[in-house]
Amino acid sequence: MNHDLFPVSRTDLDRLRETLIVRAQDDGVLDVAYRIMDSPVGPLLLATTEKGLVRVAFEIEDFDAVLETLAQRVSPRILDAPKRLDVAAVELEEYFTGHRHEFDLPLDHALSRGFRQEVQRFLPQIGYGQTLSYKEVAGLVGNPQAVRAVGTACATNPLPVVVPCHRVLRTDGSLGGYIGGLEAKTALLSLEQAA
Amino acid sequence: MRMKEPFEKAVERHGVTVLRVCRAVLGAGADADDAWSETFLAALRAWPELPEGTNVEAWLVRVAHRKAVDVTRARARHATPTDEVPDRASSLDDPSGDERGVWQAVAALPERQRLAIAYHYLGGLPHIQTAELIGGTPEAVRRAAADGIKSLRQTYNAGEAQKGESR
Repeated sequence: MNHDLFPVSRTDLDRLRETLIVRAQDDGVLDVAYRIMDSPVGPLLLATTEKGLVRVAFEIEDFDAVLETLAQRVSPRILDAPKRLDVAAVELEEYFTGHRHEFDLPLDHALSRGFRQEVQRFLPQIGYGQTLSYKEVAGLVGNPQAVRAVGTACATNPLPVVVPCHRVLRTDGSLGGYIGGLEAKTALLSLEQAA
Repeated sequence: MRMKEPFEKAVERHGVTVLRVCRAVLGAGADADDAWSETFLAALRAWPELPEGTNVEAWLVRVAHRKAVDVTRARARHATPTDEVPDRASSLDDPSGDERGVWQAVAALPERQRLAIAYHYLGGLPHIQTAELIGGTPEAVRRAAADGIKSLRQTYNAGEAQKGESR
C-alpha cells in the first residue's frame, strides 16, 4: 500500500484551511496574513498584521525569503490568507489601471526603524506622477547631509509601490536603484506619467 | 533557538499527513475534520515557542493524537440519537476523494490495527512512540500495523490501477 492510496482531495484540504484561517483570526493567533497577486510588474506578495499592511514584495526578492524574514522579525504565525488582503489587492489593482492616485490603507512600519522609517513615512507626500531627488528628500526630512541614508531608506522600503520610493530619483534624473528592479521602477513611473 | 519558520510551511508540508492520521483514527468525515482543525489551531498557537530543530511532523501527529482523543470523548458524551443532519458534507460523498472506499475499509479494521496504521504507517512515528500513544508493546504495534496493511492489500490488491486524486 502506498500512502497515496489513502485519498485526501485538494477540495477537502482547501476547505479545512479556510476553517483554520477563520478560527485563527477569531482566536487572535494569526499574526501575519499574506497573499500573492498578479500585477503588471509581476507577482506581488502582500502581507498584513493586525495593524496594517507590513510588506509588499516583488518576485525577484524571493517570496520564501520574504516570508522567512517576516517570521523572524514579526511573527512565525503566518498563513496564506488571501481574504485578509482583499482591500489592499483592490487598491493596488486600481492603482495599476491608473484609477487610484493615493493609497488609503493602514500601514505597519514594523520592518524599519529610525531614520529609514522616518524617510519611508515621508515618501507618500510625494504626489502621484511627481518625482524628487534623493537630495531633495534629505532636505525635506530635515537632514540635508543624509543623501546616502535616504538612498538606503528607499532601497530597503518594505512597502514598495504603496510607499512610493519609485518617485525618488538621482539629482541628474537617472533612476537610482529599486528593490523591484529598474524595469519595475520605469514601469511605475511611466504608468504615472501616462495617467 | 525558537521556531522561525512560517507556519504556512507546516500546513503545506504536513496538512495531508495529519488529515490521513485523523481519518484513520476517526473515519473520514466531520470528526476527522474537527481533529485536523483543532490540531493546526493548537499548533499555530504553540508555534513561536517550539524549539528549532523539532521534528514538526512527529510533533503534529502527537498533537493530532490528543485532539482525536478529545473528539472521541466529546462524541461519546453527545452520543444521543438525533434527527439533525450534519452541516458538513462527508468526504465519503466526494467522488474525487474516496471512490474506492479505502477509508471505509480502514474504518472496518480492528481498532488496534487502525491506530497502528494511523500513527505508525501514515503518521510516520516509530513503533516505540506509537506504542506509547496507543498502549501495548512496540512489537505488538509492528504486528498490528502489518496485519492491518495486509488486510487492506487483500481488499485492494497491488495490481489494481491507482485511481482517484491522492492529494
